[in-house]
Amino acid sequence: MKAFLILADGHVFQGTSIGAAREVISEIVFNTSMTGYLEILTDPSYAGQAVVMTYPLIGNYGVCYEDMEDDKPWPDGLIVREIASCPSNFRSENNLDQFLKDNDIPGIAGIDTRALTKILRSQGTMNGMITTDENYNLDEVLKKIKAFKAVDVVKKVTCSEKQVLPGDGFKVALMDFGAKKNIARELHKRGCEVTIYPAYTSAEEIIASNPDGIMLSNGPGDPKDCGPIIEEVKKLYHSDIPMFGICLGHQLLALANGADTRKMKWGHRGANHPVKDLSTGRVYISTQNHGYVVADKTVPEDVAEVSFLNANDASTEGLHYLGKNVFTVQFHPEACGGPQDTAFLFDRFINMMEVSKDA
Amino acid sequence: MPKNNRIKKVLVIGSGPIIIGQAAEFDYAGTQACRSLKEEGVEVVLVNSNPATIMTDKNIADKVYIEPLNVEVLKKIILKEEPDSILPTLGGQAALNIAMELDESGFLRENRVQMIGTSSLTIKKAEDRLAFKETMEKIGEPCAPSEVCTDLAGCIAFAERIGFPVVIRPAYTLGGSGGGIAHNMEELHDIASNGLRLSRVGQVLVERYIGGWKEIEYEVIRDSYGNCITVCNMENIDPVGVHTGDSIVVAPSQTLGDKEYQMLRTSALNIITELDIQGGCNVQYALNPDSFEYCVIEVNPRVSRSSALASKATGYPIAKVAAKIALGYALDEIKNAVTGKTYASFEPALDYVVVKIPKWPFDKFISAKRTLTTQMKATGEVMSICQNFEGALMKAIRSLEQNIYSLDFGGFDKLTDEELQKQLYAIDDHRLFCIAEAIRRGYSLEEIHEINKIDIWFLDKIANIVKMEQRLKTEPLTTELLKEAKYMEFPDRAIAQFVGSSEAEVKAMRYKNDIVAAFKMVDTCAAEFESETPYYYSCFGSENEVDTGDKMRKKVLVLGSGPIRIGQGIEFDYCSVHSVWALSDAGYETIIVNNNPETVSTDFDIADKLYFEPLTPEDVENIVRLEKPDGAVVQFGGQTAIKLTEAIMKMGLPILGTQAEDVDAAEDRELFDDILEKCGIPRPAGTTVFTTEEALKAANELGYPVLVRPSYVLGGQGMQIAVNDGDIVEFMDIINREVQEHPILVDKYLMGKEVEVDGVCDGKDVLIPGIMEHIERAGIHSGDSISVYPAQHLSDAIVEKLVDYTGKLARGLHVKGLLNIQFIVYDNDVYVIEVNPRSSRTVPYISKVTGIPIVDIASKVIVGKTIRELGYEPGLQKASDYVAIKQPVFSFEKLRGAETSLGPEMKSTGEVLGISKSFNEALYKSFLGAGVNLPRTKKMICTVKDSDKQELVPIAKRFQALGYTIYATRSTADVLIANGVDAIKIKKLAAGSPNALDLILEGEVDLVIDTPTVGRDKSRDGFLIRRNAIETGVTCLTSLDTANALLTSLENADMSSLSVVDIAEI
Repeated sequence: MKAFLILADGHVFQGTSIGAAREVISEIVFNTSMTGYLEILTDPSYAGQAVVMTYPLIGNYGVCYEDMEDDKPWPDGLIVREIASCPSNFRSENNLDQFLKDNDIPGIAGIDTRALTKILRSQGTMNGMITTDENYNLDEVLKKIKAFKAVDVVKKVTCSEKQVLPGDGFKVALMDFGAKKNIARELHKRGCEVTIYPAYTSAEEIIASNPDGIMLSNGPGDPKDCGPIIEEVKKLYHSDIPMFGICLGHQLLALANGADTRKMKWGHRGANHPVKDLSTGRVYISTQNHGYVVADKTVPEDVAEVSFLNANDASTEGLHYLGKNVFTVQFHPEACGGPQDTAFLFDRFINMMEVSKDA
Repeated sequence: MPKNNRIKKVLVIGSGPIIIGQAAEFDYAGTQACRSLKEEGVEVVLVNSNPATIMTDKNIADKVYIEPLNVEVLKKIILKEEPDSILPTLGGQAALNIAMELDESGFLRENRVQMIGTSSLTIKKAEDRLAFKETMEKIGEPCAPSEVCTDLAGCIAFAERIGFPVVIRPAYTLGGSGGGIAHNMEELHDIASNGLRLSRVGQVLVERYIGGWKEIEYEVIRDSYGNCITVCNMENIDPVGVHTGDSIVVAPSQTLGDKEYQMLRTSALNIITELDIQGGCNVQYALNPDSFEYCVIEVNPRVSRSSALASKATGYPIAKVAAKIALGYALDEIKNAVTGKTYASFEPALDYVVVKIPKWPFDKFISAKRTLTTQMKATGEVMSICQNFEGALMKAIRSLEQNIYSLDFGGFDKLTDEELQKQLYAIDDHRLFCIAEAIRRGYSLEEIHEINKIDIWFLDKIANIVKMEQRLKTEPLTTELLKEAKYMEFPDRAIAQFVGSSEAEVKAMRYKNDIVAAFKMVDTCAAEFESETPYYYSCFGSENEVDTGDKMRKKVLVLGSGPIRIGQGIEFDYCSVHSVWALSDAGYETIIVNNNPETVSTDFDIADKLYFEPLTPEDVENIVRLEKPDGAVVQFGGQTAIKLTEAIMKMGLPILGTQAEDVDAAEDRELFDDILEKCGIPRPAGTTVFTTEEALKAANELGYPVLVRPSYVLGGQGMQIAVNDGDIVEFMDIINREVQEHPILVDKYLMGKEVEVDGVCDGKDVLIPGIMEHIERAGIHSGDSISVYPAQHLSDAIVEKLVDYTGKLARGLHVKGLLNIQFIVYDNDVYVIEVNPRSSRTVPYISKVTGIPIVDIASKVIVGKTIRELGYEPGLQKASDYVAIKQPVFSFEKLRGAETSLGPEMKSTGEVLGISKSFNEALYKSFLGAGVNLPRTKKMICTVKDSDKQELVPIAKRFQALGYTIYATRSTADVLIANGVDAIKIKKLAAGSPNALDLILEGEVDLVIDTPTVGRDKSRDGFLIRRNAIETGVTCLTSLDTANALLTSLENADMSSLSVVDIAEI
């Protein structure tokens, strides 16, 4: 079946429908990872977005359910050059097209994803619509497309009730703003008892549970839309419990401390982003997925200092809070998909909890 | 952390002659590294014995030594130049081994030379089997478990521990004979006891069998601060069991999930960190296709063939970055030259698929085994880029220049089902076509996978191509179908074949419906950042993104020479690159087209634009339509470029330099005869034929021996000397197995001195940099002969005649640019054998020894300058004070079953140069450089044909005078003894011991002189003696002229007084 991708600027790409044959409007973003499509599709941070994969052959190794980062896929749509007709991997249990259909996710294949990526790079991330309706009225459609804004995405993706992964080690409260499963897995692997809380849990409840550490997860959307959460995060910050934030968690904590965030032109989405640890000078390759970033020089100097910088564009990739057992990063040390180079940050968090407990 | 300022003068070691397994990739790496060092203000001293390379140019390094890569020679150079550092990781295994020897002997320390890049400790950890195993165990990285056993009980105990199947490899047997794979106890019993018996030392290695596992490679870079990244990973389509150099390779990996990809990536980073590598490194893995189990096969602590491929596949210049790291820079201080915006500390993201297919020399070695094993056999490779796998594979297939344009090839359709089934098990260079036929016959992908273990994903892609073939054969050619076929990169020619129309009709239909190639950029970042690097590939069904811009300068298209093969080697890349530089210097915008990932020409900063594309008329036309160049240059890219001349003219694009009809006149026997007659130049009598009957008639009229060869070929392919009617029948049969578009030449064979001349003609004047003579008499291909510049044995009258003929021929053929002429001097007269109005194999070498930049002059001549305007006086240039001797280098030991005797068809893969003020020393150096390092045991075997027997006597006497013991076969020994040589008679092979084979296999002899009867040697004895000598590393000469030269070299060998020459000063 024919399908169309219509961009807010009027560009139209014609391709073939994949996944569910339904219409969807979303924000179109591109990801440059060459593997890890299932992890990307099940990353709650993509709620409210449709993902373009720049690597042209997607679905090659099928769907291995155990690699899912959440129980269901979150992006509104998937845009690829070619979807695999004959996936091959010893763990594969499904093919990607069927997986999308099973989960009612629409998509489009057979378009020039490089041309599309160049548009998004030069004009910035924009909204678009995937449709199988050949008789669309461009003017009307464009109006609808332009009007789209993803709202309350954190509410959509967070868990509805708290959940505990038992462990003998430190007790960690994981704030689920749309957490990828591997954050909990990494902590659990290190012996932690991980309690996953819905995003809107009050700070009081968390503090009352007396955790050894608080983990602020990744999540979708504009951090400034999370006003009520930021208020709670502020209270958590002042509780002096060791805290580690990733991605949205990093941005929320920065906002809670008076910093500002800004929307990036096309964001960082991929598995090849270099980040420099300013304390050692070492550069690590990281997985990234963010369209917003903590704005340069907006973090109050007496509160926190920049600990990681992006080696490509020098944007802020991490903050170290002064006099506190608190650090946050913009990138994804939990990887999945992507490089595992910065998994040591979880060890750093564990150490921090140890030091704090000893003190 | 900036550059280490104590590094001021660096010695870079190159990789020596091109052999199988060590090809042009090291010229690419070395050239890039030298430029990268010079850019930093470091003085570069370069040593490489290979004169055909670009790295040995004086504009690449400050001091250039084209000297044997030998520890003693290196010591002399170090003492003379006093470098503070040595960079050993850019010249392949050859350079690494020499550097290690220098280090271990304490010489580097004594002379305060530090190894930069990777340290000797690291190299030892990676190269020494035991140290490597221990290192891997220490960091928990698995290697395939193995154990050396000396009895059956040991084998059984080990097999029980690691489980079946196991591989048994007896120690010290030839080519792994006596080994095998045991799937159960019974088989183990049989194979192991046999192996233990066959092994000279009663040892077998028992190893976990990992055949059929996926073979995956990672290219990793690390700086001295511990930052490390992976540039690229690659997946071999052929599972473990086929050498990675012989595998079809795809980048990035296609069948690995993120979990497998990251598991191996993390492992590779752990390994490079533990080994403390500072620079590039290649890690090879075997990955169990049914689990996460993997093992490390090998680590190369240096740049390699794979790193060249990874650089071209991603745009990330590994050698350049490795050189900067050696100087002390951190990865995040080195700019990404592609984007100009980001740094070297990132991992390239590809938004296309890359396929590499090796180029094998089986067309040259008909008797060689085509089976692909763990011993690499390919001489070169092609790479292609496309947005889908099918397209990349189709492009790579036609880039090989084998006249194959689809998967419908190889005559597999004529096999019975049983034969096909059997053929599917044979993993050889035609396996793709065999698989395609199996799919056509309805085999399921699973069935094929069971047989060859190639991943289903790849088999499905092959099936897609076959399906498209079938649709083209059965369905009407609609616009939609045509679009789909082009998306998969079916060339018009193949489409026309399948639909039963003509290429022109398909092309017309495409243009009418606007189905044209689009070009995309290789930018290292999948379009995430804006890039300006002009590195492009084509695809269909996409938007074109190449901006041809405002035309400020005239544009010229330079056609490259494709994959490295015997007869067309790295020298043509040298010519292409120099031509690009010269044309750019002359104010032109340059565009290069090539498909060889190992070369300098496909580095993105050589020409103004690089198109990484197949060199076929259709692919070139796509570029011409887009770029609309003002002219094309074909004379520097070997036969590959010359073959495109006619097609380019049809596109309406002018050929710059010698015109197509003049190239034809040199190849076409009748036209050429007319010119010779007009000029009054003789050539050996001869005629053209098509059929065997005509050939027989011609041969008998001319009188045997005669030379038989097809026209329009390179490297004397298919050329043979026939001494009787039987030979003619046999050779004509071989030649006519392929349909011949051009007639076959039969010439009287004159056994005289062969002389070669390169020249540049501007239409009026001719510049001759020098005259070379061959050591071997005519009959051995010029590429396989030892060649001496300046010629030592020519009278003034002969030289005058050679110069006169060269001028007449150049003008007669209206040459504009380069020409190469081969003459025979026979009975004090000069005959022309052939004229090539294009660049030749000897151009780089003659340019370097004379200091005359011939390609530069020729390139400027073809765009309108005259020789005089360029500041040169026409005519033969004054001979150099130096004698330069080019020695061919062969790769026979790599090609089981290949005939090693030399003849009119070229067989060498590379060359070295010996250069000195004295002829004898130059000769000695050339043998040394070629690895002929005698004597060891001072024992030799002689077995020569009857007509050589008398000539052997003085040679044998001289060897005897050097202290050699001479063994000879019966009739050879009789003649030697009768003439006063103390020869020891040995038996024919069939007559039992002691015979030649016993002596060779027991390591008793240094040297074998075996001259086979002229024509294809039919003696099984001779063939076996030569093969076994080659495979055990014994020097084997098949021409008495070569033996004579070797003697002269040995008689004058004196390492202690050897001089070294910086050619930058010539």
